[in-house]
Amino acid sequence: MLRWLIGTIALSMVATGALAADPVEVHIGYLGHAGVKSTLSLIEQPADNDGIAGARLAIEDNNTTGKFLNQRFVLDEVKVKDSDDVAKVATDLAGRNDYIITDLPADALLKVADALRDRGTVLLNAGAIDDRLREQDCRANVIHIAPTRSMLADALGQYLVWKQWKRWLLVVGSHDQDKLYADALRRAATRFGAKIVQERTFEDTGGARRTDSGVTLIQRQMPVFTQQAPAYDVLVAADESEVFANYLPYRTWDPRPVAGSAGLVPTSWDAAHDQWGAVQIQNRFVKLNMRRMTALDMQAWTAARMIGEATSRTNSGDPKKVIAFLKGKDFSIAAFKGTRLTLRDWNLQLRQPILLADGRMVVSVSPQEGFLHQVSELDTLGVDRPETKCKLQ
Amino acid sequence: MWRRCLLTGMLVWLAATPASAFVAYVSNEKGNTVTVIDTNSWTVTKTIKVGQRPRGIEFSRDGKFVMVAVGDDDTIQVIDTKTQEIVDTLPSGPDPELFTQDAAGKTMYVANENDNTVTVIDLEKRARIGDIQVGVEPEGMTISPDGKILINTSETTNMAHFIDTSTRQIVANVLVDSRPRFAQFKRDGSELWVSSEIGGTVSIIDPVKREVTGKITFEIPGLRNEAIQPVGIGMTKDGKTAFIALGPANRVAVVDGVTHKVLKYLLVGQRVWHMDFTPDEKYLLVTNGVSNDVSVIDVASQKVIKTIQVGELPWGITIAQP
Repeated sequence: MLRWLIGTIALSMVATGALAADPVEVHIGYLGHAGVKSTLSLIEQPADNDGIAGARLAIEDNNTTGKFLNQRFVLDEVKVKDSDDVAKVATDLAGRNDYIITDLPADALLKVADALRDRGTVLLNAGAIDDRLREQDCRANVIHIAPTRSMLADALGQYLVWKQWKRWLLVVGSHDQDKLYADALRRAATRFGAKIVQERTFEDTGGARRTDSGVTLIQRQMPVFTQQAPAYDVLVAADESEVFANYLPYRTWDPRPVAGSAGLVPTSWDAAHDQWGAVQIQNRFVKLNMRRMTALDMQAWTAARMIGEATSRTNSGDPKKVIAFLKGKDFSIAAFKGTRLTLRDWNLQLRQPILLADGRMVVSVSPQEGFLHQVSELDTLGVDRPETKCKLQ
Repeated sequence: MWRRCLLTGMLVWLAATPASAFVAYVSNEKGNTVTVIDTNSWTVTKTIKVGQRPRGIEFSRDGKFVMVAVGDDDTIQVIDTKTQEIVDTLPSGPDPELFTQDAAGKTMYVANENDNTVTVIDLEKRARIGDIQVGVEPEGMTISPDGKILINTSETTNMAHFIDTSTRQIVANVLVDSRPRFAQFKRDGSELWVSSEIGGTVSIIDPVKREVTGKITFEIPGLRNEAIQPVGIGMTKDGKTAFIALGPANRVAVVDGVTHKVLKYLLVGQRVWHMDFTPDEKYLLVTNGVSNDVSVIDVASQKVIKTIQVGELPWGITIAQP
């Protein structure tokens, strides 16, 4: 009887203890840009909540875990227009939140990083793939979840070389980011022993992406554009601007596969990815958002989960402690890629395997077997420590 | 000469004598089959077609049935061990992966990956009698030797949840390393071991204090750290020796159950998942997911003695009397 009584008292004490403490509230801002880009393929047209939807799922996941630890996570979503003062919007957002996940172009991201530097708010870059943000323009208060162009290009390059498709016909769009992607692809070719047999530029002459009789015209244009090429194994297209690459498969003069911005595409996530428990997050995502999960969704999910993971590990709502843990050597995150993801300490880039997807299936996952590295095979993708131009400050 | 001949003859005879006569059932995740292995001849005696994506597999306590979770069909199928045919299904809840039973074989607890719950099933009535909300992506399931505490691990929440089996309430949550996949108590109940696939460790938990008291880490020369991904755990009844499957490291670690020191690594097939002992504990069978085979480990000599080809992507295994 006495024992029973003591047991009951102890139990009620435990219960009150849990109730008495206020939950740790973690506020995460999401700073995205308004307006979505037009894609050539209707099914690739991003949803209005592209990215944010992934962050929302991570908040749910964090809160499921948080209920056992008395931690609660809240997402504060803001979108900026090109005409807005992004630094001011970000400063307001930083006033209400401990961390900010960003999906911004490189210049806007740098403005925000510099505006928030003194107040110590850490940004998690989920959207920008520019190498310069991790190299000459790196910032100590920006953690990069999105892979870089060079990581994506290397992932593709390794596979094409493994496949013995070493002669590339490189077709580059006329916009700046297309040229940056082409730079990364050239670098990959040099690193892994592929040869670019010829380069062609596809000029963007403007025009609508969707017309009622588009196919007829494209069917005539693309073979002509790709004819009289030297012998090649694969056409590699650099077209981040969505002007021509998706018109190439099945329409090249020579019967050759297409890769890069169309055909076999390197990406951090694909709706068809089902290995390493990925089906579970794909199902959760579809249930919550009524659509399939994109690469940007996954990058935002990973960013918000990193905060959740570090908060549960440190059992703390103090952003200083959480960030120190994220930057420390004990941090790693599971993200359905078959291996733990960690941060490169020299530029705060998340190491990650890259999927190669064809729009229906995941064809392969890089790094490929045989590409070795003394520290982590994931560092065979992108700019490695000895080559970095980043000095974190 | 004569003597040597005799000796060899005797050895052959010894080897041929049925050391054990048990039956192993292996679930083949991609093949949608269960492979039946005779542990006397080490041959495949039957391949049973089952539902979509069979993973967790276990004998019923009375040994009459084998239950296999077929996740993509959202059910658990029941195989009659006499006829080796599917005779029934259990209402498991969505996407069942691993499950455990109480000592009496009356209640079954199932981890449902898709909706963050553990489903409770009355095995006699074949009826679902309750759900317990747990963390994100529940996976590992085990019951304490005294039957009072059910353990569930959740892969994205990274916890071992302690659930009181009488009240079906969570009474404690212990944080472990990333992606905890499998949990096992020592037979005497003194320790709970939890493997973390992505974290690369096995946490030793004190079940009374409900805290992590130690961690087993692994280092294999020439192998990158990220490839070491602990999953299945097998412990001898005396608690002295443990075997831990290390996934894509293609090795099983042999660990001293008392000091928690890694004694050696046994090279097995590719992406080693789960394991089970023959009831006499002479042999340990491990499933190799990528190489589509099962490795047989001689427990006493700690050596891999045989490999048996099974179906596509073998995952779980259970062994008992025929």
